[in-house]
Order: sequence, then C-alpha cells, then structure tokens
Amino acid sequence: MQFTSHVVSRTRRSVRHGLALGALATFALALGSGCKKKDGAPEGSANGSAEVGKKESIQNIGSDTMVNLAQAWAEEYAKVEPHVSIEVSGGGSGVGIAALINKTANVANASRKMEPEELEKAKAAGEAPNEFVVGFDGLAVYVHKSNPLESISMEELGEIYREGGKLAKWTELGVKAIPGARSDDIIRVSRQNNSGSYQYFRETVAGKKADFKAGSLDMNGSKDVVEQVAKTPGAIGYSGLGYATPEVKVLKVSTKKGEPGVLPSIATVHDKSYPISRPLFMYTPGTPSPAVKKYLDWTMSEAGQKIVEKTGYVPLLK
Amino acid sequence: MGEQAMNLPPAPVVGPRPLSASAGSPRGPRRSRFALASERVFEWVIRLCGISAILFVFGIFFFVLREGVGFLFGGLNLVQFLFSTEWYPTSVANVRYGVLALIAGTFSVTGLAMLIAVPFGLGAAIFVSEFCGGRVRETLKIVIELLAAIPSVVWGFIGISVMNPLIQEIFHVPVGLNVLNGALLLALMSVPIMVSIGEDALKAVPDSFREASLAMGATRWQTVRRVLLPAAKNGLLAAVLLGVGRAVGETMAVLMATGHAVNIPKSPFDPVRTLTATIAAELGEASVGSNHYQVLFVIGILLFSITFAVNLVADLIVKGTAKG
Repeated sequence: MQFTSHVVSRTRRSVRHGLALGALATFALALGSGCKKKDGAPEGSANGSAEVGKKESIQNIGSDTMVNLAQAWAEEYAKVEPHVSIEVSGGGSGVGIAALINKTANVANASRKMEPEELEKAKAAGEAPNEFVVGFDGLAVYVHKSNPLESISMEELGEIYREGGKLAKWTELGVKAIPGARSDDIIRVSRQNNSGSYQYFRETVAGKKADFKAGSLDMNGSKDVVEQVAKTPGAIGYSGLGYATPEVKVLKVSTKKGEPGVLPSIATVHDKSYPISRPLFMYTPGTPSPAVKKYLDWTMSEAGQKIVEKTGYVPLLK
Repeated sequence: MGEQAMNLPPAPVVGPRPLSASAGSPRGPRRSRFALASERVFEWVIRLCGISAILFVFGIFFFVLREGVGFLFGGLNLVQFLFSTEWYPTSVANVRYGVLALIAGTFSVTGLAMLIAVPFGLGAAIFVSEFCGGRVRETLKIVIELLAAIPSVVWGFIGISVMNPLIQEIFHVPVGLNVLNGALLLALMSVPIMVSIGEDALKAVPDSFREASLAMGATRWQTVRRVLLPAAKNGLLAAVLLGVGRAVGETMAVLMATGHAVNIPKSPFDPVRTLTATIAAELGEASVGSNHYQVLFVIGILLFSITFAVNLVADLIVKGTAKG
C-alpha cells in the first residue's frame, strides 16, 4: 500500500509540473497577442468611415513644445465637431513622428522638420507623410527678474552655451551684481538632450555641428525651465515664448554684438527680425482620412490660429 | 490520503461542476471532487506566483540585455563609456557616450543619502522597538508607514518647490537643485524601510537577552549597544542595504531634485545627474534601435550589475557573519 501510493504521488507531481509549464506558456501567449492588438488598434479608429452618431477619435502625438497648443485646439475643436474626439499626448517630436510611422498616431506634432532618416522609414512603412506649417514658435531667452541685463547677442549666447565657449561669469557680460545671486557663475538651464527645443537652440545658438557645455541643468519640460530660472537668481535659460511668467525676464536678442536687441513677439517672429524662431509642423499620413484633413484645415483657419495666439505661440500670416 | 488520491483521475485542470460533487470516494473524509480540484488549482496559482518573481527578473534582465548587448559588444567604446565624463548622445558632429559623471552622480547622491538615513533610520528603529511605549509606538509606526506611501513624484515636487529655495537660502549657494537636495529626499524615502525592517530585526531578538542584560545591571542603552545591536546585526544590515537599493534605483525624485546636470560633483552643492534619471529623461525620445537607445539599455545593464553586486555583497556579509 505504502509503495503504490508513493508511485502515484510521483506521477501526479510530474503531471502537475507539465500543467504548470503549459499555463505559463498560455500566459506568455496571451501577453504577446495583447501587445499586438494594442499596436494595431488606432489604425482603424480614424479611417474616415465614421458612422453618424459614433465618435471618431484622432490620435495626436508629438512635440512637448506644442502639447499646450494641441490640447487647446482639441478642446475647441470638440465644440466645432462634437463627434470627433482628438486625443493629444506629448513625449517629443521624435515620439510623435515614430508613432506616425508605425501608425499609432493619425497626426504627429513636431517642432522640427522630419529628418531624412525618418522620411525613409515612413516611406518604407507605407507612404511619405504630408507636412503642414501650423504656426511659429519663438524660443525666448529668460533670466531671473532681478537680473539687470536687458539684451544679449547671439554670439554671447553661443559663448555661454557652446562646449568650449568662453563666457562663464556674469561680470564678463557686464552684469555687476544680481540681487540674491550667491555667485558670479552663469547657471545654464537647458533641456534634456533629445527635446526639440534643445536641438533647435543648439543649432541656432551654438552652431550646426557644435555641442553644449556639460554641466547645465537639463530640465524635462518647457515650463520647468522657466520655473527653475525664476527660482535661481544667477540663471539663464531658453524656452518657448508662451511660457513667460512675471517671475522671469525675457531678454532682447541681437544677431550681432552692438546691434540693437529684438524682443521676441508675434511681429518680430513674422518679419524674421527675432533670430531664434521656428515653424511648428503637423504631419499626417500621405492620404489622411477626411476627418484628419478637416481638422488640419481648421487648425490653419482663422479660428484655429486665434488659439495659437492665445496660447502664446505665433500665428501664421494672414 | 494516498488511497483517496488513487480514486481520482490524475490532476484535472478544471474541476467538475458542483453538480457531481457527491461523487467522491465512499471511504475516508468526504471531500468533493470540486474541493480537491480547486485545492490543486490554488496550489498551482500560488506556485505560479512564486515562480513568477524569478521569471520576471530573468525576463527583465533578458529584455534589457537583448536591447543593449548588440551595441555593448559592437560599436560601443567601453573605455570611453566607463571613464569619460562627456555624455553627448545626440551630438551632430561628435557623439560621445561617457557615463563616468553619471556614475559619480548616482554614487554621490546615494552615499550622502545613506550618511543621513542610516543614523536616523536605525536610531528610529531602536527607539520604536526598545524605548517607547505602546501608544507612542503605534502612532509612530503609522506615521512612518505614511511616509513610505508618499509617491516619489511628490518627493521630487517637494525637492523643486520647497527644498530648492530653502537650500539656496540656508547654505548661500547659487543652485538649490543639487546632490544635497536629492540626498535629503532619498534619505527621507529610505528611512521608513530601514525603520520597519530594523524594528523587526530588533524584535526578533529574544526577550531573554534583554532580561539577562538588565539583570546583570546594564542600563537600557548599554543593553541596546552591547547586546541587542550585535544580536540583530544581520537584520539591521539587511535594513540598511534595502535602503541603499531603494536609493540607487530611485528615479523620479532624483530626476527632479538633483538638477540633472552632467557633472562630477566637487561639493554637496553641485548639481549632478544619475544613471536612472538619464534613462528616464532620454529613453522616451530616443528612436527605437538607434545607438542612443541602445546605450541607454547598456546603462540599464550597468545598473543591473551594480544592484546585483550590492545584493551579492550583502548576502555574503550576512552569510559570513551568521557563520562567524
């Protein structure tokens, strides 16, 4: 009796092991198929065949610079076209374009032009996307509100930010004393190294192939830059024009030292006299669905551009 | 038990419906097939939970390795990676992947955090376990658990908005987001873990030790120092190391509070950037499969190795002292 029961329990154990493994395999499979489903889902969601009364959703992903604007557009558009819901998320220009390429986004926001590699990838995945300029952004240079400096030149900005640049002290800029600053060091506030603002500022201020000096405070968002400058008397930073607060001072920027500086504004971005401004893009698939097309047309209409102005960006020319 | 098992079909996956519940063995305690089957189902579920921890660790390690290993052995300059302070992953002309400054950032913040947290954590553990009465103890434990429940984003926010100006004001330094700020937050975050595990370790020392010590005429403090601390050594070490683990791996708070500047710190008031924060800040925008993306996973492998080494050393120390 003892012997047989022992044998039985052994076989039972091995059976149990087999089943446990089987269960694991099923679990893994379920995980795998779940992921696939997620990837493919938004593809069908905006294919234009919206039935009447059914809500259609447009996935709008991309640039952090544009996320406030895109959100404001989405909210306003919900009043214009109640059956279309626009889902906005940030992450960065690169994220938005990648999402457009792998078809998880219907519209990608980008604060820079698509790179040739990205264009190749998009073509390989289907067709070349459409590009739309939907507004402009000026990168303003911010200092603490107690900083007596009023104007700065592009060269000086370059020397402050560029790797190997010579300017490191406020006195070298002619700033004698900043009330509340504990040292003469220029504290550079920057962005994380793959944000659109970082790349745009590096390109225009440091030079096409140059890098920034190490040791800057690299903030994770446009708003964080302004907040950090507001809390640090010795700081200088760059961020979107729309993020200015009463706690910080926006510097005039001149193309060359000695020339009069230009304050960033709608007018100076349009007439290109302000040197650090750039277009904002939206990308759609080569053949956008009617709903997406209609939305893009609306953003570039007068109603859409009014919101661009309201959120602190620079609208298109009329 | 064995006889009863013989009457059953070997290991059904899903038990029969309760309808046939009466069809059990006529002998022995009457247990329905359903009860027996569900017993087994639960056994598997629990076993699965147990195995899953190992499975997930290996899964994560495999995933991190798979994404990073191609670049680690093909293309990445390991000498530059480990010994250069130049971190320029998105440079147009001259891409450099040196993480020495990031390693220095991680260790400086963690080290300073531990200098602050260990005395406080162990002190609090000793107080809670040995020196305070029932009601005070319960209150303290609840408050400490509450401290542990605060999400790290909230800590980071406190670092930016409260500690940042405070540190500038008190220490007269130009930047408030620095090693000290991050270390204070990490200390506050790891103290609760140290207190609860440290307290458990002290409680595990039998009361006879305390009674014997006090009977010999030792004071309470002498008892703690000469008897309880040596007796609870392993548990207290585990408490400290779990705190270290928390501090090394913490991301959000240090991302926000240390200033996120690639920089080898010369004083506690210099801003730094940690390994974890770098991954968190950059992975989102690195295009999948690019060198930058892969090098971030190599940093992940590095972090994995660091935590593995810490755990291994801890294990060896604990085993060593247990024998000695």
